[in-house]
Amino acid sequence: MAVMEYIDAIRLAIKEEMEKDEAVFVLGEDVGVKGGVFTTTKGLMEQFGEERVMDTPLAESAIAGVAIGAAMVGMKPIAEMQYSDFMLPATNQIISEAAKIRYRSNNDWNCPIVVRAPIGGGIFGGLYHSQCPESIFFGTPGLKIVAPFTAYDAKGLLKAAIQDPDPVLFFENKKCYKMIQGDVPLDDYTVPIGKANVLREGADITVIGYSMPLHFCMQAAEELEKEEGITAQILDLRTLQPLDRDSIIEAVRKTGKVLIVHEDNKTGGVGAEVAAIISEECLFDLDAPIMRCCSPDVPAMPISPPMEKFYMLSKDKVKEAMRQLAIY
Amino acid sequence: MSENQKLTDVVMPQLAESLVSATIAKWLKQPGEKVEQYEPICEVLTDKVNAEIPSTVDGVMAELIAEEGQKVGVGEIICRMAVAGQAPAPAQTQPHQESPSNAPAGNTGDQSMRSRYSPAVQSLAAEHGVNLSAVQGTGMGGRITRKDVLAFVEKGGNGSPSAAAGQAQQETPSPFKDLPHANPAVTPEQYIPRPPAPERNSGLHMTENPKIPPIEVERGGERETLIDVTPLRNAIATSMRQSVSEIPHAWTMVEVDVTNLVLLRNKLKDEFKRREGYNLTYLAFFLKAVVNAIKDYPIMNSVWAVNKIIVKRDINISLAVGTEDSVMTPVIQRADQKNIAGLAREIEELATKTRQGKLKLDDMQGGTFTVNNTGSFGSILSYPIINYPQAAILTFESIVKRPVVINDMIAVRSMANICLSLDHRILDGVICGRFLQRVKENIEAYTLDTKVY
Repeated sequence: MAVMEYIDAIRLAIKEEMEKDEAVFVLGEDVGVKGGVFTTTKGLMEQFGEERVMDTPLAESAIAGVAIGAAMVGMKPIAEMQYSDFMLPATNQIISEAAKIRYRSNNDWNCPIVVRAPIGGGIFGGLYHSQCPESIFFGTPGLKIVAPFTAYDAKGLLKAAIQDPDPVLFFENKKCYKMIQGDVPLDDYTVPIGKANVLREGADITVIGYSMPLHFCMQAAEELEKEEGITAQILDLRTLQPLDRDSIIEAVRKTGKVLIVHEDNKTGGVGAEVAAIISEECLFDLDAPIMRCCSPDVPAMPISPPMEKFYMLSKDKVKEAMRQLAIY
Repeated sequence: MSENQKLTDVVMPQLAESLVSATIAKWLKQPGEKVEQYEPICEVLTDKVNAEIPSTVDGVMAELIAEEGQKVGVGEIICRMAVAGQAPAPAQTQPHQESPSNAPAGNTGDQSMRSRYSPAVQSLAAEHGVNLSAVQGTGMGGRITRKDVLAFVEKGGNGSPSAAAGQAQQETPSPFKDLPHANPAVTPEQYIPRPPAPERNSGLHMTENPKIPPIEVERGGERETLIDVTPLRNAIATSMRQSVSEIPHAWTMVEVDVTNLVLLRNKLKDEFKRREGYNLTYLAFFLKAVVNAIKDYPIMNSVWAVNKIIVKRDINISLAVGTEDSVMTPVIQRADQKNIAGLAREIEELATKTRQGKLKLDDMQGGTFTVNNTGSFGSILSYPIINYPQAAILTFESIVKRPVVINDMIAVRSMANICLSLDHRILDGVICGRFLQRVKENIEAYTLDTKVY
């Protein structure tokens, strides 16, 4: 067990899987010589050589397409999208090809790729470096989508994603890279895809979220408990697709008051589907309207710092939403 | 109220970051009185401190919502003011809906959601056979929440009697409830004799009888007088009880020869008073001696934290200051950074502020060790209660001339006792003995050449 940063946990997962399995390789923009723009793949080329850590042209569609093709012949590629914003040229490959191969080949073929993509803003990155594209891929059957919040989950979910026989989108939050630290076992473990995790027990409200905003939720919950005696049950979805219905229902039943938090835009986000599950399954357990605290429906992340601050979630915004729900 | 006036809610402001509520001590403006912006409308008590709440608007006091003695949460409405303006009648109800977050208080505020039951509430009520009309709602707009039903069931309530009891519990009992000024036509001044408190700068004097506490009610014909507990009295009682019940107190005393100090002070005091305009008290010298001793024994400046002892780096001396009907402990911040003259000035200022009731919250916070000048009311020995959560409290007793044996000869010396109550979880006899010896040495080391600057 070692305390490490979220980004180190991701690197460690790739390294361990590459050591274990010859079929695992990395490809993406600047992943090799540079070691990734965030240093996520630093040192891998030195250890595994340029055949297994490949620098690609700036063509995301090609990165995804090459990865899918390699997977067809038995490889287990980890394709990196430098920023999730750049992923959109690859959506056709991911949604139309990777997601559908098993189904359309009647189970003859499968596509064990992992597409890693950093999501999230708050880094003064403006519109091309800050997006949360989960909702673009969410709701595409055949894709699995994970978005870890803790360093432990980052390693365990990435290893599970690499080992998974089907395409997995791994949305890592770039703000978490250095900010989130935690105990990470140095041995071989995985976190099962499709299982949510209770981060905190509480009796007044239930907060459901994923990725970086959970950091604000945890801080806000701690303050609310200390200042006002409001205790919050916090559920980290970890996997966005398939959603862990049982854990969601259980968390809702605990308090009857639900707040869903994510950084992706409010309309059509993952939270909308979570809310739909709750209203399908938990009508008679609800004690308040299902509430959402998400980024506003603005076309792009603003580059102006005050506007970025307006756009981004914060501890105070989440705390106020949690308080409003608690006093409802 | 004329039609072209609108009502503005005045809420309890956040007087300090950590504060969540304050108690209304006294209304300074009664309904019908004209109020200018920034003019004080009421006095509030917070954490043993008085503060005045200024009006946020120009207008006329319309309605007092919080009673005197009532504890009000920050952000809750305390009164309404009529403001001359253009908005007509509907404005009267609007503020209610605009601030639903202020309404968890329950029965007094907005009740618009009182009979809207959520699915969870209805399910639980059906399951436990609860009559929802008997349940107290703590949610927004008086809404009954899932937790309200669960709490109701847990209390064993399913009929009306216990519900009524629950309701009674929720109401804040006001110590002023039975007073005639529940009748708003009577102003408090008419029946509470409140003579202007004389401002004095030194200790309490034996020449003056303590005043009877101002709030007093006689119950017809009985041979007893009932005195309502003021919020301040209650605060003192609570902290004293907490200290005595949580801290295992031990006590010790030493005797100090202050003859040289008396001579020194007599030499300096008139000149000092002329130059500085305030008194050079013995207490300033004593404080300096204590602060220097704490520097040598920092464990005296600590707090028990169950699995740890927290030793505070700053030496902030809480000074017990008595008023006619209470005792306050304002704090001399970073007393170790001050010389004797500086301490004398702080003592003067804090004592004056205390007696004038003008202490601010900042004046009361951060104390790490308490000193009480019990000698000022003639005591020669006292057993003080520790100012929770500090580790010790020290008293200076009266200076008295006594025959003392020095080198087998009898001399007349000025002597004083110093008493120390200590938290025996943190401190033991040996360390406290050494500490007191150091205080004693420091005091006895004063000579006619000692500088106060």
